[in-house]
Amino acid sequence: MFQPHDETMDRARLDALQLERLNALLSRVYENVPTYRRKFDDAGVSPHVDSLAELAEFPFTVKDDLRAGYPYGMFAVPMKDIVRLHSSSGTTGQVTVVGYTAGDLDRWADLMARTIAAAGGTDEDVVQIAYGYGLFTGGLGAHYGAERLGCATIPISGGNTKRQVQVMKDFGTTILACTPSYALLIAETARDMGIDPAGLSLKAGVFGAEPWSENTRTEIERQFDITAIDIYGLSEVLGPGVAAECECKCGLHVNEDHFIIEIVDTETLRPVPDGERGEVVFTTLTKEGIPVVRYRTRDISRIVPGECACGRTFRRLERVTGRSDDMLIIRGVNVFPSQIEQVLLGIPGVAPYYQVVLSRKGSMDHVEVHVEVSPEVNFDEVKTLERLRGRVSAEIASALAVSIAVKLVEPRSIQRSEGKAKRVIDLRAEGSE
Amino acid sequence: MVKQLTVFLENSPGRLARLTRALGDAGVNMRALMVADTAEFGVVRIICDRTDVAKDSLEAAGFSVSVTDVIAVAVPDHPGGLADILEVLGAEDINVEYAYCFVEPGGTSAVDVFRVERVSDAMRALGEAGIRVLRAEEV
Repeated sequence: MFQPHDETMDRARLDALQLERLNALLSRVYENVPTYRRKFDDAGVSPHVDSLAELAEFPFTVKDDLRAGYPYGMFAVPMKDIVRLHSSSGTTGQVTVVGYTAGDLDRWADLMARTIAAAGGTDEDVVQIAYGYGLFTGGLGAHYGAERLGCATIPISGGNTKRQVQVMKDFGTTILACTPSYALLIAETARDMGIDPAGLSLKAGVFGAEPWSENTRTEIERQFDITAIDIYGLSEVLGPGVAAECECKCGLHVNEDHFIIEIVDTETLRPVPDGERGEVVFTTLTKEGIPVVRYRTRDISRIVPGECACGRTFRRLERVTGRSDDMLIIRGVNVFPSQIEQVLLGIPGVAPYYQVVLSRKGSMDHVEVHVEVSPEVNFDEVKTLERLRGRVSAEIASALAVSIAVKLVEPRSIQRSEGKAKRVIDLRAEGSE
Repeated sequence: MVKQLTVFLENSPGRLARLTRALGDAGVNMRALMVADTAEFGVVRIICDRTDVAKDSLEAAGFSVSVTDVIAVAVPDHPGGLADILEVLGAEDINVEYAYCFVEPGGTSAVDVFRVERVSDAMRALGEAGIRVLRAEEV
């Protein structure tokens, strides 16, 4: 553990710390950010609370608030205090800009050091940062965390996958940080180069920035022979370092000394008790540059009830399986692309690469999943392929409660991602067919 | 027994042309080509000289290739010629997965290619019935 004193603090002390920090935050944003002042006034709340429960009376902050303030309207400090700018990855809609003070960067490094330590990292480790460096928070976020922990840090960034493998082998990388889909591509590339990924000195990986399934974890762990942990963050709240799994892999500990997490009902938007699912909402307690109060992430998850065996007292966020923005509604059924991935990884003969293609047939939306046949399949007989397609189709129908057309495509024909995988292709605007 | 290459192909324009061009560029000469298609994908089966070269060049061009053992038989050019052969396999309860035929240029007999479930049993049964199974270099 990187900061055991903080990470295991008792809940009463944590509550007191959160309350103190929350009040400081509320008055800070009320004083310095016109949007918050207006929203608080409109909602009839004053920037002071006597208990944490009162936070539920405050208005939410949404992505559109940040867009409306583009680029610096939501900053709570003068620009002279900002030392770093990042921008959201633009996975959905227009980008937003986030600014960090020197203090923000210092705390961010601590939080990412906690994350890498939770994966088993120490100052003995060699960490390969294959998240993209640049405006995306993933690369630099992980970078400063790894350095803070004292690891030998390789700032290789994403891309040039053969070089990733070569560096991993030559530099003796022990911890890999990248998106889970990129980890699978690195393993595949290693095999193409005649290098057994399980024979490398890698022992752990910290993977995030896109939803992934338990089966993908199993697959990554098997292919590299490592421990793979899930990390969570979003640029509007911090970047990576908001929450991370520990070695128990039973939910992601939220760094509650720096963030308040709420789960709210998706209809009523009222907080729900631990254990119930809803939209994840974060309040940043210590951010100076661009703090947020009750930011709606669009991520759907729940708090895992109970205590964790690792000793951390921070509550655990269940693995986020999808962002509500990624959610597809297919004939009335909510479908997250990660559910399809979970199904595919359980079927021998198909590769874990897929795309959901949306098109329009007449006035109807048509959904088709393109699935790669694994190169190991003996596809000489058409009936083998037909059976495989039938099985994929049946298992998707059974897991998702909706039937979706399945198309088998050639091995290695779906574009590999070096960052966030593009799982949904929407052709509906093009008026195809 | 003859080695046949099977390539999994998406049904899309130009894909088969690219496959055959890759073989042509590698100097591979095809003896037979058979396309089995469904609504969405095709399976292309190829018999050619220099199977290893063909496989490597196709894989280098990004195709997925598998190698399958098939049986090639010279079928006499008279009515009932093929039926005689199939009856031998039927009597042994050997199922034919697929078959296709081609004619050797200037030859007096056609060559039939079979994919069967039990290749060695089929070879033995055909041999015992006096039917000549072609070797790879004869095709």
